[in-house]
Amino acid sequence: MVQKLDYLKETPSQTAGPYVHIGLAPGAAGFEIYEKELGWDIAGPNAKGERIRVEGIVIDGIGSPIKDVMLEAWQANADGIYAHPEHPGEVEEGFRGWGRVITDFETGEWGFDTVKPGPVMGRSGKMMAPHINLWIVARGINIGLNTRIYFEDEAEANAADPVINLIEWERRRATLIAKRSERDGQVVYRFDVKLQGEDETVFFDI
Amino acid sequence: MRQPGEFYQRDREWHPPAKTPDYKTSVTRSPEYSLLSLQQSASEITGPTFGHNDIDPIDNDMIHNYAQPGESAIGERIIVHGRVLDENGRPVPNTLVEAWQANAGGRYRHKKDTYLAPIDPNFGGCGRVLTDEDGYYFFRTVKPGAYPWRNWVNNWRPAHIHMSIFGTSFSQRLITQCYFEGDPLIAKCPIVNTIPDQAARGQLIAALDMNATIPLDTMAYKFDIVLRGRRSTLFENRLEGN
Repeated sequence: MVQKLDYLKETPSQTAGPYVHIGLAPGAAGFEIYEKELGWDIAGPNAKGERIRVEGIVIDGIGSPIKDVMLEAWQANADGIYAHPEHPGEVEEGFRGWGRVITDFETGEWGFDTVKPGPVMGRSGKMMAPHINLWIVARGINIGLNTRIYFEDEAEANAADPVINLIEWERRRATLIAKRSERDGQVVYRFDVKLQGEDETVFFDI
Repeated sequence: MRQPGEFYQRDREWHPPAKTPDYKTSVTRSPEYSLLSLQQSASEITGPTFGHNDIDPIDNDMIHNYAQPGESAIGERIIVHGRVLDENGRPVPNTLVEAWQANAGGRYRHKKDTYLAPIDPNFGGCGRVLTDEDGYYFFRTVKPGAYPWRNWVNNWRPAHIHMSIFGTSFSQRLITQCYFEGDPLIAKCPIVNTIPDQAARGQLIAALDMNATIPLDTMAYKFDIVLRGRRSTLFENRLEGN
């Protein structure tokens, strides 16, 4: 016999199910209940940096857009600082860095407005390219999927990014790079997520 | 000097795997490639924070938070309470717990739910609360009913409350479901059974808690939530810098 390691076990995950909107985005479910729904404003009015829109769809293994997904974004500000007490530095007043969006029930399109994050210091003094951390839950997804959104116009930083470079199969790295375009004077990054099959998005165990 | 370091690796054999064919929707919504394991950086050990300005005190009372003045939701009145802890047994204070559920008849207030059980005009079905300094949270609600779903033709979900918990980092982010002690549908549910381990499934079943029950008023169930624990960095901290 050895001594007992008396750690607790993490509560097991379960799917968010088809009605995740009721709890986390009730306005989309069709009713108003809270004074304030959370997650609509990631950057706030005072954030420095380039205003961008990020949008896409989530596609299943047979190529259909999924119309009941919820996505959460977590990002640093334009200086590469997270709005969190453990990250050194200050963020602008009103900058939360966190957002929550759901897909359109008809089209499966999702999108959020924010500012482009700056590079963040990674492990062992290696700088990470600008990225947005993304968490995806839906009916049929038993445990939330983590991925990262990188930016097409940061090719040099992406090439040196310690996380992208962990992906041995270089062709798969492209699944994490959002495509930049402009629409009515606004910068838009397109980031489609493919859950399964050809060009499947890289997901992380963080 | 002990410094906070990374969070413990998630035990992917304890959680449900992505592809669980008896839960049919998972078949086309599960990645086929392996997850890429990351050592954590600032992107993973930080996460959003919430305060009392974000929510209303009534948000944790689902019996009243959508009811007309003087009315209340119909159903079995229950308190669901417990603590949010990490794997080291430490309380997780000031963290946001969000919950959503069907009404007493198993009907959700959602435009996509067409189940023939009626909507309760005084029940919305969502609530949220911040844990206190001891990691403690509580909701008041009505016990949700079981409901049918199109998986096999005669599948019924056990009574459950969906719960979403943030913790202190994005790597602790968790959505799960709380079931109720004694429900015979639990053992038959393909979603519950996505979890391979019997003991892990048991961790999602709230216990009837007569000590917290308010006599002649409201029954209580206890549901503790455990988030990933965190390592102390004993010798060096290579998360950042050299």
